[in-house]
Amino acid sequence: MSGYRLSAAAAPAAQIDRSRPIGFRFNGAAYRGYAGDTLASALVAAGVSIVGRSFKYHRPRGVMGTGFSEPNALVQLGTGARTTPNLPASLVPLSEGLEARSVNCWPSAAFDLGAVNDRLSPLLVAGFYYKTFIWPSWGAFEPFIRRAAGLGRSPALADPDRYEARNAQCDVLVVGAGPAGLMAALAAARAGARVMLAEADQRSGGGLGLGGARVGAGTARDWIAEVEAELDAAANVTVLGSTAVTGYYDHNLLTAVQEVDEPGLRQRFWKIRAGEVVLATGALERPLLFAGNDRPGVMLAGAVRTYVERYAAAPGRRMVLAANNDAAYEAAFAAARAGIEVAAIVDERPAPGEAAARAADALGLRRVHGRIMRAIGARGVRAVEIVSAAGTEAIACDLVAASGGWTPAVQLFSQSGGLTRFDEALGGLVPDRSVQRERSCGAAAGVFALPACLAGGAAAGAAAAQAAGFEPPAIAVPEAEDHALAPAAPLPPVPAKGKVFVDVQTDVTVADLQVATRENYRSVEHVKRYTVWGMGVDQGKLSGANGVAVLAAVQGVSGAEMGMTKFRPPFMPAAFGVLAAARPNGALFHPWKRLPAHLWHERRGAVFEDFGWLRPAYYPLAGETMAQATAREVRAVREAVGLLDASSLGKIEVRGPDAGAFLDHIYAGPVDSLPVGGVRYGLMLNELGAVFDDGVVARLAADHFLLTTSSAHAAAVLAWLEDWRQGEWPMAVVIQDATSQWATFTLSGPRARKTLAAAGTSLDLSPAAFPRMTIRTGEVAGLPARVQRASFTGATTYEISVAARSAERLADALWAAGAPFGLQATGVEALEVLRTERGAIDVGIDTDSTTLPGDLGLPFGGKACDYLGKRSLTHPAASAPGRKQLVGLQTLDPLQTPPVGAHVIGGVPHPSQGVVTSSQFSPTLGRSIALALLTDGRSRLGETVQVWSEGRVWPARVTGLRFLDHADA
Amino acid sequence: MLLIACPWCGPRDETEFVNGGEAHIDRPTPAESVSDADWAAYLFFHDNPRGWLAERWVHAFGCRQWFNVERDTVTHEIRRVWRLGEPRA
Amino acid sequence: MSGAYSALQLVRNALTGHRGWPKAWRSPQPRPAYDVVIIGGGGHGLATAYYLARNHGVRNVAVLEKGWIGGGNTGRNTTIVRSDYYYPESAAFFDRSVTLYEGLSQDLNFNVMFSQRGMLTIGHSRGEMDFRRKLVNGMRLNGIDLEMVDEAQARAMCPLLNPSPSARYPILGGMVQRRAGTVRHDAVVWGYARAADRLGVDIIQNCAVTGVRRDPVSGAVTGVETTRGLIGAGKVGLAVAGHSSVVAAMAGFRLPLRSYALQAFVSEPLKPVLDMVVSSSVLNIYVSQSDKGGLVLGGNLDPYASYAQRGNPPTMEAVLSGLIEMIPAFSRVRLLRQWAGIVDYAHDSSPVLGLSPVANFFLNCGWGGGGFKAIPAGGETFAHTVATGQPHPLIKAFSLDRFRDQALVDEAAAAGIEH
Repeated sequence: MSGYRLSAAAAPAAQIDRSRPIGFRFNGAAYRGYAGDTLASALVAAGVSIVGRSFKYHRPRGVMGTGFSEPNALVQLGTGARTTPNLPASLVPLSEGLEARSVNCWPSAAFDLGAVNDRLSPLLVAGFYYKTFIWPSWGAFEPFIRRAAGLGRSPALADPDRYEARNAQCDVLVVGAGPAGLMAALAAARAGARVMLAEADQRSGGGLGLGGARVGAGTARDWIAEVEAELDAAANVTVLGSTAVTGYYDHNLLTAVQEVDEPGLRQRFWKIRAGEVVLATGALERPLLFAGNDRPGVMLAGAVRTYVERYAAAPGRRMVLAANNDAAYEAAFAAARAGIEVAAIVDERPAPGEAAARAADALGLRRVHGRIMRAIGARGVRAVEIVSAAGTEAIACDLVAASGGWTPAVQLFSQSGGLTRFDEALGGLVPDRSVQRERSCGAAAGVFALPACLAGGAAAGAAAAQAAGFEPPAIAVPEAEDHALAPAAPLPPVPAKGKVFVDVQTDVTVADLQVATRENYRSVEHVKRYTVWGMGVDQGKLSGANGVAVLAAVQGVSGAEMGMTKFRPPFMPAAFGVLAAARPNGALFHPWKRLPAHLWHERRGAVFEDFGWLRPAYYPLAGETMAQATAREVRAVREAVGLLDASSLGKIEVRGPDAGAFLDHIYAGPVDSLPVGGVRYGLMLNELGAVFDDGVVARLAADHFLLTTSSAHAAAVLAWLEDWRQGEWPMAVVIQDATSQWATFTLSGPRARKTLAAAGTSLDLSPAAFPRMTIRTGEVAGLPARVQRASFTGATTYEISVAARSAERLADALWAAGAPFGLQATGVEALEVLRTERGAIDVGIDTDSTTLPGDLGLPFGGKACDYLGKRSLTHPAASAPGRKQLVGLQTLDPLQTPPVGAHVIGGVPHPSQGVVTSSQFSPTLGRSIALALLTDGRSRLGETVQVWSEGRVWPARVTGLRFLDHADA
Repeated sequence: MLLIACPWCGPRDETEFVNGGEAHIDRPTPAESVSDADWAAYLFFHDNPRGWLAERWVHAFGCRQWFNVERDTVTHEIRRVWRLGEPRA
Repeated sequence: MSGAYSALQLVRNALTGHRGWPKAWRSPQPRPAYDVVIIGGGGHGLATAYYLARNHGVRNVAVLEKGWIGGGNTGRNTTIVRSDYYYPESAAFFDRSVTLYEGLSQDLNFNVMFSQRGMLTIGHSRGEMDFRRKLVNGMRLNGIDLEMVDEAQARAMCPLLNPSPSARYPILGGMVQRRAGTVRHDAVVWGYARAADRLGVDIIQNCAVTGVRRDPVSGAVTGVETTRGLIGAGKVGLAVAGHSSVVAAMAGFRLPLRSYALQAFVSEPLKPVLDMVVSSSVLNIYVSQSDKGGLVLGGNLDPYASYAQRGNPPTMEAVLSGLIEMIPAFSRVRLLRQWAGIVDYAHDSSPVLGLSPVANFFLNCGWGGGGFKAIPAGGETFAHTVATGQPHPLIKAFSLDRFRDQALVDEAAAAGIEH
């Protein structure tokens, strides 16, 4: 508990607002912080040293990093529906009333029973799972092991927050608003390009924003403010703060997640199509490898500096800096300036950079050329053990600022497909060759000196603008102190007593990597999978480079030979909700297709169901069950007249001089021979000869056909027709989908004609003038209409189509006209019974992807020309014995109705002889009827078979398809 | 996400298009004289190359026109787009 | 020290700093020739080598892997093992695979962590429940342990299923296979590799095949050209999943396959919250929770031919929105990694197994997104096929000839989702 809040005098440049204190709770205790704090900085300032427990060994852990690099302080934020697991405290802005808990510890972070695993750690070596729990079975152990897995808890309630998606285009997208990124954005903006600049942090400037450095005439802060002002004012620039670019996909499409502080709107998902991309993603600091390098009080040097300078949060009172690079010295300087005692700077290199050494000496800091061996103290560092020419020495301290150098953040570059190169001096990957229209600059490109970052950023921005077609003006690069910083490669660890963590979050140690190598898991990918190195919530950002260094040393190869595991999106974890924001959930997940007369059906009391379209299933009267209502509706069609909304049937118009010839290629049967005014049933086959859709074709004129398709297949049929017209038979034909333009109602039953006549029509309805399978154009109820006589139900049917906007007028007119004749509204349930009574197929229900027209007993061919599927139908397999043929089934007990999906059993080798595809109780016949696809079914008429479903059996007789005679006239 | 330059409408996101598989696969006719093997070759046996692929796309949520694209199946780079009926190269 | 794995050995090794563990497999130099060369060091290739050595005494075998073993689809898939296949040919094959998985840890002396937690496939409409009943009945008649469940049972199995009564796709119930579950994918690779190595099989990593040598007279295969030189082979087995067409082209023939990227996703680790594998072919999503705590999920293919082992946002958006529609509480859970494997699909979504047009060159391909669950039976039957030169009875229906013979095994239509 050694952290504390620095005074305003000690941290003059801190970006917290001391006039706005904020109360919050952590692990049940109340604390105070300030506006501008993160949860992590507030905890550091409050002296909370143990913020969580590690994944496997449950070792106590403290805040180690900042931003997305924090591996230890993972919290369960909030409660109830908004609870969020595993958030790094360093990414959580402090807000009033905030409530957070450590994950993965019980009963508390301070005292965790799981810590027994630390004692057992010799047994829990990498790969131990694979070697044990074999007998009697994994299932005997898994429940216990599973309980220990995971970190935080998933919410249990639906997410009450909203996410938003935006698409954007720009000429130049700059990722990262550090010094290089700011210069790049500036250069591209001045060239006139449409620029977007995305920065994950709330503030731009990167490390430059902390203070100290001079840029141009003033301080770095002044310069950042100037650039921000210019970019904000420019009409061609969009600056996205708190926006992490998460993915770099094909054709320069980048995704980003923006934190949004609006009521109810949590985050925004950006999909940005960029002409050119500038990656100024900076670099990631590496921890140092020494025993106990995970202890509370051991922090990244850059994080120490950030907490001190940005947040006025002192992580300790007496600090040792351990480093192998000059940049890390800034942490010691910042600490010293803030009044934190700096006990020593322990540098692994014999000679630090001159400027760094001079500055340290000027502050009177003790410098040692040596290495840190060990941090002492389990619940918090009490001292470090270092080794130098003078021997081994223990230095008391409660804070270790450690830096193993900096690794360019090439994650996005690598995602873009770009090829990386291992830089031995840096100990990390740098961009080598771009594949997409993109360029890296600044630390992301392995350039660390501030002047070079500024110049490189300016050059990258100008080049990007130029590549996007703009003429960049010369841009003055401000002068800057060469403020850093020779980053260094990590050194392999020295053997020491105690655990040396390569990946603190997943508890992977140097010893684990050694064991993996010994067992010949040598590839970085094998090591990663065997040890879980790099598989934590920080996605290996902290551990990647150190792991490669250790493995290279252990295996005796170069870092380049060792390679690196593949970087995968997202760059940082992102909520499923925001990544899916472009695809709404709930009612808009797949928007409902409603009938034009939907409200009319509602008024009739329809029960709607999803049949691809939202259609009335049935219209129950008071107290009626579905079966009762359906039976009443069926009886109406058989004995009086029923009204059905058939607007969902696909209606496709095919016009042109070649229309008939073209359709002859499409349908299995003849079309062009159809007379004008005629209607014909037709099957469409795919090239395998299988039935793809059925419907009727009507010829409205010599060069004009109207195709009616099944409701589910309208879009597919339209696409199918266009495909063949454009690709195979480029004939003089125009194809148009007219489905949504028409509303269609059918009148079916013995009194259909009278009802239609009563509704008023210009058409002569006499059977002679308007026989079955014809179409007429005229007026119905004063509305222009197409009336078609085609029926799948055996009942006299008039299918009346009017303009969609007139749907309710037509329905009202028919409803009123039919009242004296006993008209009933009928739904899909009744239709299914009616068409089953007639043995009419429903494609996709009574057929599967192997069903050929012959299997249905339906004719095909009958024309000279080639047509789709023809060749497959001539294959011997198309007429070989053993095919599944559609037949009728009647249970011996007429009152038993087996379910759809029941099988016909019996026979060898396979007990299933077929499957029931449609099954209904027919109120007309007073018995159950079914259709089934049955092996060699048509040769088995009259046979008694066993129908089986989930253990129940119904004896049934095989029959023909028609249960009911034709009544249509 | 691919950016596909429809030859009729210009560049659009891939979500406006539907892929139709390999281009320039000739449909053998007449049916009476096509062997089973040739018919199977037409239906099923295509190149499936790793690298440059000539393929068909349709601007399904746009002009509904089919066209051809030459795309690298590894990098997804598109180097050529041409209309049906135009020669392959 | 013995190489056998057990808790006792673990304790012993713990006392000696784990310095005694032998290599899980050797990394030998390739020999000039082998009786059998298996191309592809994934699950199928390694399993084939193991069963060749164990069941057929064929031990002069090399497995050639262009990268690191298990680096292809075996290490990229969502680890679901099930045998809920409709057609009897498929059911017999995949159920054999589940049975082999059930004894695999003991057989290989390597814990592959087969977690038979069961798989629930949701039904969202009466029509879909009819369809599922057809499948369940067919599968039960094929001897597979499937059952229908109603809404209450489904919700008891997965309490977080969308509770909204006005959900776009309501939950009416579904079908369950209790023996289905997940297996630790890398362990399958390593377990087979270690066991095959013990029997004398050479596993050659970083060895890409660049050409196929054939006898100029007979046309039979004689060896393969590789980045590590020419390797002679009496017989060659192809087990390279998405890249099968590429190697077939080297041997001079085409396969009826198309390669696609199939994406997979894993979330941050969570305390146990999802006990079964749950899937929906309407929402196009399948999800399970790994023993480490991450949600592992996938859905549809990226909709065009691809050899890029990475996915694009449209499919990601579809999969994640499908997940949220199924389990709204997961909206705030964060995605940790997104990747893709290259899967090779035949028109009927069934594999292509057995003989090829080239003598002594054998096929194990066309697994689509379903190869992982098939590894043990795939290896066992492929070893038989390679050793005897005749297709194993369990794979006869999956021959290359079925495309010419119009004898497809259309599991695509039966399943409704690729996984």
